[in-house]
Amino acid sequence: MKTILYIIQKEFKQIFRNKGMLPIIFILPLLQLVILSNAATFEVKNIKFGYIDNDHTSTSRSLIEQFYASTYFNVSTDFPSKVLASEAMLNGEVDVILEIPQYFERDLQKEKYNNLGVTINAIDGAAAGVENVYVTQIVQRFNQHLKVDLLQVSDQQIQPISIETIPLFWYNETLNYKTFMVPGILVLLVTMITLFLSGMNIVREKEIGTLEQINVTPIKKSQFIIGKLFPFWVIGMGLLTVGLILAKVIFNVPMIGSLPLMYLYTSIYILVILGIGLFISNFTDTQQQAMFIAWFFTVIFILMSGLFTPIESMPKWAQIVTEFNPIKYFVEVMRMVMLKGSGFMDILPQLLKTILYAIIMNGLAVWSYKKTN
Amino acid sequence: MNTNKVIQVEGLTKVFGDFTAVNAITFHVKKGEIFGFLGANGAGKTTAMKMLIGISNPTSGKANVAGYNVFTHAENIKKNIGYMSQKFALYDDLTVKENITFFGGIYGLSRKRIKEKSEVLIKELGLEKVENKLVGSLPLGWKQKLSFSVSLLHNPKIVFLDEPTGGVDPITRRQFWELIYKAANQGTTVFVTTHYMDEAEYCDRVSIMVNGRIEALDTPKKLKEQFKAENMNDVFLKLARE
Amino acid sequence: MKRFIGFIKKEFYHIFRDRRSLFILFGMPIAQILLFGFAITNEINNVNIAILDHSKDATTTEIINKIAASKYFSIKQMVTNEADIASVFQKGHVKAVLNFEKDFSKNLIKDHKATIQIITDATDPNTANTISNYVNAILQQYQKQLNKDITIAYQIVPETRMVYNPELKSVYMFVPGVMTIILMLVSAMMTSISITREKELGTMEILLVSPLKPIQVIVGKVFPYIFLSIINAVVIVVLSIFIFNMPVQGSLFLLALESVLFIITALALGILISTISATQQTAMMISLMGLMLPVILLSGFIFPISSMPLPLQMISNIIPAKWFIIIIKGIMLKGVGLQFIWKETLILLGMTVFFIGLSVKKYKIRLE
Repeated sequence: MKTILYIIQKEFKQIFRNKGMLPIIFILPLLQLVILSNAATFEVKNIKFGYIDNDHTSTSRSLIEQFYASTYFNVSTDFPSKVLASEAMLNGEVDVILEIPQYFERDLQKEKYNNLGVTINAIDGAAAGVENVYVTQIVQRFNQHLKVDLLQVSDQQIQPISIETIPLFWYNETLNYKTFMVPGILVLLVTMITLFLSGMNIVREKEIGTLEQINVTPIKKSQFIIGKLFPFWVIGMGLLTVGLILAKVIFNVPMIGSLPLMYLYTSIYILVILGIGLFISNFTDTQQQAMFIAWFFTVIFILMSGLFTPIESMPKWAQIVTEFNPIKYFVEVMRMVMLKGSGFMDILPQLLKTILYAIIMNGLAVWSYKKTN
Repeated sequence: MNTNKVIQVEGLTKVFGDFTAVNAITFHVKKGEIFGFLGANGAGKTTAMKMLIGISNPTSGKANVAGYNVFTHAENIKKNIGYMSQKFALYDDLTVKENITFFGGIYGLSRKRIKEKSEVLIKELGLEKVENKLVGSLPLGWKQKLSFSVSLLHNPKIVFLDEPTGGVDPITRRQFWELIYKAANQGTTVFVTTHYMDEAEYCDRVSIMVNGRIEALDTPKKLKEQFKAENMNDVFLKLARE
Repeated sequence: MKRFIGFIKKEFYHIFRDRRSLFILFGMPIAQILLFGFAITNEINNVNIAILDHSKDATTTEIINKIAASKYFSIKQMVTNEADIASVFQKGHVKAVLNFEKDFSKNLIKDHKATIQIITDATDPNTANTISNYVNAILQQYQKQLNKDITIAYQIVPETRMVYNPELKSVYMFVPGVMTIILMLVSAMMTSISITREKELGTMEILLVSPLKPIQVIVGKVFPYIFLSIINAVVIVVLSIFIFNMPVQGSLFLLALESVLFIITALALGILISTISATQQTAMMISLMGLMLPVILLSGFIFPISSMPLPLQMISNIIPAKWFIIIIKGIMLKGVGLQFIWKETLILLGMTVFFIGLSVKKYKIRLE
């Protein structure tokens, strides 16, 4: 036990003495949490919108007015011709173009039916879908107006049947994206810092040659590894704490669930990540290799974690693959406990899987660290 | 087993793939002896030494160090030996004192003992002025002396030194050997590899390795007689040329 | 020149001898492209939902069947009372609960009106909103069917044409992003590490006292990574064309030139990082922690830049990846030529010159 304390003491000293690293470990992640959480949103707004009005009547103008009035659209210009409009789209100046045909008003009054041309840049398919919904909504509302404006005498005899829907958005009534992303990005930062630091740690001593000196001492493998892991575990928990405070103070993210439960889960989760880091460290010869491997897995883990994109939408096989992704569990638990107030029994499946993962990874880490070759 | 022989090696062999780095070497080292382990670069010295200190598994053969078998009780050996590697292996980003405390702690010395030891040690080496300086900022010679003293911190029975004086000036080398003699006088067995043939003269007995085998083993005086050489340098050259 | 070639050869040996890194260097883009192409999508489908039906009559059953038939939803469970909804959400098994009011059919016939609550777990606002929209769309379809005898006066129908990606495939959106992130991180990280490594091991001094000029040393270190990154770019483009049928509407030659330009920008950034970091560890952490998230989040790779708050939109302008993504999308999907992307190209060029200039300056200061 005492031996472990000496190692812990030494690791802390080395970490805090490295002035170049301190801001990277402590400031950079928190800065990113504060800044980047604002960036991660699938909301579609400020849509770059342009139109071609070939009709120039009061009806066409009042339709365009509707787009000006909408908060989603940023109406840039009217284009005198289709050619100019599509050039602007190629340039990236507009993403949605509305084309009002000639004789729009006249045909509408005559036939009570008319078509509008809408062109949407669909490279971002999901955003394009939403943009299409917004356009349709505006046009539909305009249809209702027309009924009132153009149709003095009501010719409605039968009242149509209508099913009314009341959307209720639980846990996040205002659909605030930051409530969703801040906990997720915090997970990511805690994971990246602890993984990269632990992944580089032993291999660094290997490169400098001090590991050999340690290997000729009678220290036990488990003592050495625990001593090495502990400081990073503390750093991870510290980051979580500061991150949670920032989330509360700056983003006002609700924390409905139990904080001790959150800490219990995180304390085990970090062990998984540290185990992976040490395992990588043991299997590589240079820091460059170690980081490369750590990076490879981080990117895949992040993308498959449900942090940015929903897991349910993935094909079955990919969903099975995500079962092996520790970040997925942390993201789930963080969001469940903080935002929904899930309790111990709710997150028990995730907790058990994480414990199992921790045992396996740390077992592998101890096993693969060989004092004798 | 003869308790006087702290290292006993018989037919020790290490094979990497199809390359035999150490080829069935046999020798012993007596208690309190300064044993010089010589050889050209790549002769297999470091590999042999790594097997004796328990960080490399031998392919075959027998070896006992400090009364323990290297195959089965490597961890027990580690309690009884000190090691100073060719590559400077203290932590550059810790101070002199912190390095001593750390390694003392790893060897399980008590706080009190570490404190006493480090005071004595720092005084002996004349490092009082720099005890709170980062080791990385010290000149190489000082680092080497510190490194040697740290390897003796837990009073090991045997200390293994892998080219301890590489790259240091002649005066520091002389001082270094004084430290070695002092340790030997106090009963510590010293197992040292070196490139400097004048240093070989300081050893009680010397073995010379060529291509993974021990080609000569005796006191410097007898070796010179045997090879009809003026000094150890000539002995070495004659052996290496064959 | 001969010496220089020898030096480059040495660098290649270093890289090719390290099998593990090499495996990742080439495995990475393939794995990521395949994941993005086959697994990851920002569309919403197969959402698990639950039903709370207080009426259990013919109409609600019909509606439930319609919802079950949609590819967007799969009905995971039935809930019997309001009190259970919270616990269902807390377990995280379903994302929405549809709550049908009592006497649904009766109300519909009597008052011509009935209500459904769409209760969503809005911790994920995007999914919640989309679910709500999809349910509405299904119900509207159903209403139309019920009201088919009534003609509604005045109808303007927007006829939407989705251009550049008519099938709304998310792969089209992600391929340019993945290509950018890989080129950026591989180039910047590998160069910054390999240069600081020489510094740390002290071999940089040896190289600098050799007859090679410092600029040759740096170019020599960087050259193999240009080569490797080009191979990576080719692999990504080939995969996206042949596996995901991504079009290259514009000129392949222009795409190649722009890619080389971006690779050089990233390498220049890597050199700059190496001049400000003393150890490999610092270089790595700067290139990983400092570059990874901003490149993923601020480049328009996953999240649309135009929806971000204005200060972030401004910050995104200094991310080279943003400009390269615009360029690739332009060439591959929109089929534009240089006349449409010269601005972005100039910006990348400017950034490259800036990074190199700054590195040279930092470097000189140290030598003095």
